Amino acid sequence: MAEPQPVLEMTGIVKEFPGVRALSGVDFRLFPGEIHALMGENGAGKSTLIKVLTGVYSLDGGTITLDGKSVRFGSPLQAQHAGISTVYQEVNLCPNLSVAENIFIGREPTRAGRIQWKQMRKEAAELVDRLGLDIDVTAPLSSYPLAVQQLVAIVRSVGTGDSDGEGSGTKVLVLDEPTSSLDRDEVLELFRLMRRLRDEGVAILFVSHFLDQIYEICDRMTVLRNGTLVGEHMVRDLDQVGLIELMIGKALDQLEELHEHQLRSDVGETLVKAEGLGRTGGIAPFDLEINKGEVIGLAGLLGSGRTELARLLFGADQPDSGTVTVGGKQVSMSAPNDAIGAGIAFCSENRKTEGLVPDLTVRENIILALQAARGWTRPIPASQRDELVAKYIKALDIRPANPEARVGQLSGGNQQKVLLARWLITQPQLLILDEPTRGIDIGAKAEIQKLVVSLSEDGMSVLYIAAELEEVLRLSHTIGVLRDRKLVAQLTNGPEITTSKILETIASGEHQ
Amino acid sequence: MTTTSRWRALTHHHLFWPVAVLIALLLVNVPFTPDFFSIRMTDGHLYGSLVSIVLFGSPLILVAVGMTLVIATGGIDLSVGAVVAITGALTCSYISDQADQNALSGVFLALGIGLVAAVLCGLWNGFLVARMGIQPIIATLIIMVAGRGVAQLITDGQIITINSEPYKLIGGGYWLTLPFSIFVVAAVVAVTVALTRRTALGLLVESVGGNAEASRLVGIRSVRIKIMVYMFCALCAGIAGLMISSNTSAADGNNAGLWIELDAILAVVIGGTSLLGGRFSIGGTVIGALVIQTLTTTIYTIGVPTQTNLVFKAVVVIVVCLLQSPKFRAKVFGAKGRAGTSAPAPAAPAADAAPKMEVSR
Ligand SMILES: Nc1ncnc2c1ncn2[C@@H]1O[C@H](COP(=O)(O)OP(=O)(O)OP(=O)(O)O)[C@@H](O)[C@H]1O
Ligand SMILES: [Mg+2]
Repeated sequence: MAEPQPVLEMTGIVKEFPGVRALSGVDFRLFPGEIHALMGENGAGKSTLIKVLTGVYSLDGGTITLDGKSVRFGSPLQAQHAGISTVYQEVNLCPNLSVAENIFIGREPTRAGRIQWKQMRKEAAELVDRLGLDIDVTAPLSSYPLAVQQLVAIVRSVGTGDSDGEGSGTKVLVLDEPTSSLDRDEVLELFRLMRRLRDEGVAILFVSHFLDQIYEICDRMTVLRNGTLVGEHMVRDLDQVGLIELMIGKALDQLEELHEHQLRSDVGETLVKAEGLGRTGGIAPFDLEINKGEVIGLAGLLGSGRTELARLLFGADQPDSGTVTVGGKQVSMSAPNDAIGAGIAFCSENRKTEGLVPDLTVRENIILALQAARGWTRPIPASQRDELVAKYIKALDIRPANPEARVGQLSGGNQQKVLLARWLITQPQLLILDEPTRGIDIGAKAEIQKLVVSLSEDGMSVLYIAAELEEVLRLSHTIGVLRDRKLVAQLTNGPEITTSKILETIASGEHQ
Repeated sequence: MTTTSRWRALTHHHLFWPVAVLIALLLVNVPFTPDFFSIRMTDGHLYGSLVSIVLFGSPLILVAVGMTLVIATGGIDLSVGAVVAITGALTCSYISDQADQNALSGVFLALGIGLVAAVLCGLWNGFLVARMGIQPIIATLIIMVAGRGVAQLITDGQIITINSEPYKLIGGGYWLTLPFSIFVVAAVVAVTVALTRRTALGLLVESVGGNAEASRLVGIRSVRIKIMVYMFCALCAGIAGLMISSNTSAADGNNAGLWIELDAILAVVIGGTSLLGGRFSIGGTVIGALVIQTLTTTIYTIGVPTQTNLVFKAVVVIVVCLLQSPKFRAKVFGAKGRAGTSAPAPAAPAADAAPKMEVSR
């Protein structure tokens, strides 16, 4: 049996950070024309392996061969020139530049040293169009939600190879959790694109915590655990149960539990009431009542206004109209302070720009909201602080469990947990969670969902936003459906409410 | 801990490079001034090069400490030099108007007037930056330029000289054998450290500088914090202004504190606080200011020709900044470090837990 040559081979890869051995002797190979999943829990070393490959981090040991030649990239740009295009886990584009500029940054079409703006915009529009995206490439990137930004990052990476420039063309495409904030339709669109590139012979490395996606699109997978290789398999030879066992080193049964854990039916009296709350360009005026202990899930497509609704309820954006009352008292909602004072917490979907302070430690990030509420003159006593932090690090299983670690050095999923811990510690009355499980591994995801259920049982209200409809359906008492920046329906969850029913409501824009 | 790991922990400490540079600079002086490190006692006062460095560096340390907090919020304050001049001018002109320049009540009132004026300048800066959202570099440029004019107005374009014993103490007097300004500096540094680290102010400042939007969403009242910080910075500059005018017993609206903002910013950077904001280190800043003052002293003792003065200073600053950049260190010292630390080659990746690699194809 003639074994085809791998386009990329990494052997004995070692990467150490002070105090952490992120990768210890990992082997990895990638064949042309395959989609290869890199699997593992939060902090297993997936992103690190990718960054070592593309020259973001230097290598502490091991070899990398690309097309049979030994390589070692000093910078991501070199890797890109050698034919490795990468979408990193955290979107790192320039928010102030236009979409087109972001797509072409560093390889703008030029003539006689001058940038051909027109051509650039035209090509950008074509590329965006190919992904089935309807966006204005001249608008600044920051005017779009995170999901669109993520798509732009993808467009940028696939554009590197086949925008008419000669170059070497993309041989390897690396996608680190590109689908973490995408909706079903965009995911399908992305998959179509990935299949096309695969058939053209591109080798694709794909990271995702959505097992269904892995089984839908991937041919082969490599599983990491704690920075070591635990196996390479053809996807068809390993079922989900087996895969999870490989990833976490033991069987997983928590997911089933949650179903029996039925939602409690009796919710308390009205806690938060929004009337005619709206903001032009954000979301049309809506009425919403949230009861004590109720979980309200928001469903809708990308750009339907879920995040905008949440931000208005938190005072993150200023409303143009409407009022909010909390516990019967009207709250002005002109700034997050007002909402926090009224017992509302908001976990943003965008942990990098709106969530964490990367230079501060895990401990400091966790206590930040609580400390801000107390004001600067009343620091939390050290013993109480350390106890609280230790408790939440343990409860959410944040790894490494070191309160002194810089948050910027944590893996993506662990950063997300820190953000959650920050708000849980404030014990709010209403907890707004915008994509709280973004980038979180399958075991932790189940933990977080269980946590939401138990918080609601203890009387905390939760507003839950997730791209995955099943997730929303599983947790919510009430499901708010959004479409075109309008709250079009509020469905009471029950046996007759299914994902297809919700999709129908989203499509038709009304409640039958 | 083995000695190597202890050495590593030491070299990774954030104050290691600033302190190393400071020591190196001090040592450079020895061949030129053999008694550089000796300290003599004359008339109950301590004298010596080290004492003078701290004495002459005092105003810079004060200004730089205030600047550190401003920079940590992601801002910058160019007006400190002008604030030094205004404070000195106001205080001295008030004292010079007194019948008895040695009367304590008059001197205290004068100090009060000068410092209040300084704090008002800070309030104005903070208002422009935090409330009006003006870029700090532009907002503080206003007082930087206009402030010198104001100082000139106060002094009528003259250099006001005074003759006040109590006032002289601040910048030129001795107490317990040491220059009094050293005590002032120690007090200000101690208060700043307590204010930032004993309360939550330091954390909130670092958060605002590290990620402004996240800080807003977490409910930090960043407007208030920024205004406070600019006021504090101006207060420090004001005290420095008192010290400078007291030392010379004169207020010179034109030259007092000239270019001190640039030295202060340098001191902050040398001390390891990033100009982008976020994490700050008061201790680092103090070392940074001492480095700059030592540099100035060294330039005189080793007799660098005056024309090449600034070039020499610039070179040293560049070297310090390069040494602090991990990237640069990796490039220059990297080869050696790598061979030393990762000796266990990846060839044998710990056989103990190595799982079977299954390849199905
Ligand atoms: N720059 C860094 N400095 C120190 N430690 C780091 C750094 N980057 C990653 N680590 C550590 O290396 C380990 C692997 O992290 P990595 O980001 O590769 O995980 P991951 O598999 O991508 O996880 P996730 O699914 O959460 O994204 C973690 O323990 C993390 O804390
Ligand atoms: Mg990752």
